[in-house]
Amino acid sequence: VSPKPLRVLIIDKNAVRAAILEEGLRDSSAGGPPLVVNRILHEPLDLVQRIAEIDPDVILIDLENPSRDTLEQMFQVSRLAKRPIAMFVDRSDSATVQAAIDAGVSAYVVDGLRRERVKSILDVTISRFRAFDRLQRELSEAKSALEDRKVVEQAKTILMKQKRIDEEQAYALLRRAAMNQNRKIADLARSLIAAAMLLDAEEPE
Amino acid sequence: MNGRVVAGFVPLVDCAVLVVARELGFAAREDIRLDLLKEPSWASLRDHLNLGYVDCAHALAPLPIASALGVGHVRVDCAVPLVLGRGGNAITVARHLFDDMCAAAGAPLRAEPRSTGNALAKVVRQRRAPLTLGMVFPFSTHNFDLRYWLAAAGVHPDQDVRLVAIPPPLMVESLRAGHIDGFCVGEPWNSLAVSEGIGRIVATKSQLLPHGVEKVLAAPPALVGDAATLGALLRALAAAAAWADDRANSAALARMLAAPEYLDVPAELIQDALLGRLALGDGERLDDPDFLYFGRHGGGAPRAEEALWLYAQMVRWGHLPASEASRRTATRVFRPDLYRTHLGAPPAAVVPEPFDGVPFDPENVDAYLQGLTIHTPFVAAPRMENG
Repeated sequence: VSPKPLRVLIIDKNAVRAAILEEGLRDSSAGGPPLVVNRILHEPLDLVQRIAEIDPDVILIDLENPSRDTLEQMFQVSRLAKRPIAMFVDRSDSATVQAAIDAGVSAYVVDGLRRERVKSILDVTISRFRAFDRLQRELSEAKSALEDRKVVEQAKTILMKQKRIDEEQAYALLRRAAMNQNRKIADLARSLIAAAMLLDAEEPE
Repeated sequence: MNGRVVAGFVPLVDCAVLVVARELGFAAREDIRLDLLKEPSWASLRDHLNLGYVDCAHALAPLPIASALGVGHVRVDCAVPLVLGRGGNAITVARHLFDDMCAAAGAPLRAEPRSTGNALAKVVRQRRAPLTLGMVFPFSTHNFDLRYWLAAAGVHPDQDVRLVAIPPPLMVESLRAGHIDGFCVGEPWNSLAVSEGIGRIVATKSQLLPHGVEKVLAAPPALVGDAATLGALLRALAAAAAWADDRANSAALARMLAAPEYLDVPAELIQDALLGRLALGDGERLDDPDFLYFGRHGGGAPRAEEALWLYAQMVRWGHLPASEASRRTATRVFRPDLYRTHLGAPPAAVVPEPFDGVPFDPENVDAYLQGLTIHTPFVAAPRMENG
């Protein structure tokens, strides 16, 4: 007899993060017991009904989600046959709890689930939330690196025009000035562009 | 704590004392750097408080009691040395439900808990599908206020209607969409439903439980153990509460709270709540200066009998079984002794008559509970399997 599939529900307003998590959960369950993953992306007004329909064993929800209070009430209702509890109630693995909070995710788990099964789902969730965070950071760093490159190019052009020097000399000049002032080249380039714009504005041709 | 205190809060009118203490320098005057962390939900605030991410918090009054009893979460011995707000909630029903209630009562109704409760009870008995009512959190005064009102009219909150928790900012939308038929929430959300013409206020907390405790300062053991910091913080918050209670400051306070980093709603709605002048619907207006207040009438002091009242609600509605040990634990959460040590003896409290006519005897909670016909038995949840 094949084991009953485990139903996991992801509630996350961030569609990309939810997709990354779903993929992670599917990968980790390959070859293991079957997993059914559902996602709720927005903040539905009929959340209670949706959850009742999906009937999940595990709910993974981002910490910032105001719908957590709705879940807490659902699980206090004692008539529910399945009664998930917040992962913190069973504090046997406080390192996992701490890691989940740091990663920005919370979990509700139906009582009676085997602990190692829950643990492996939580571990995947935490690592995917962290991976998403890293991705976001890298993206924003890449974006700012691109911006930096653009302003340095612009500053070089100004210097080349004003001082009638070549590109290499212009860059060397920028780099030396930045070192002397203990500033980043891009920051110095921004000041230089701002100053050049000011001078241009004061001296109309 | 090096003079730095991080306090978690949920953006509601009664977070005012913390905001004023920070913004107007009452904390700085006591050499406290007070940083505020805005929380998206009560669950998040509780997690951060119980796991030590914040030093204290603006909490629903039942929340530290639930934590001390280990109900719904890990057990943490939080103390309540100060009450941050009293009153401020109201019960609002959808226009169509209000019309049904008036028809059932055979007369136009005003916002008054007994007559509106009885009218609702008639509607509940006539209907086939149960009504759905919203509140904010299982361990919330709103949950208990709503249940108190329903039960007094003979409506069983767990059998005759359905209760759901909804984040306050979604309450009005949920009412409009027809997912709920009414709700109990703090201001400005009741006023918003009235001003948009989709809701009617039928009772206020100031009618159900006059001067009733609403939000408290929840202080974990680390803060309670640091007497110097706690004393400075309490003095700062008491001074802030006195400023916030002064009606002459209501416009300035409403503007301060309306800022995006706090409530992010129109200042006029906040000021109506501060002055206790809510539009209730159908041209009726509340005029109750004590609808919502912070520290006046000695209201800043926590009282043991209030902790017992909250414990009684938790037992009544099946959050935990009654026991001598739990009762004692709950009583110990509210700390009038800490208040007295740092702020002096408070004036004698006003103890109002219960609106449902059933006197609450803090000396004999068990007898009080046994006298109530409507209640929900506790059902133990199965524990997680080890394996």
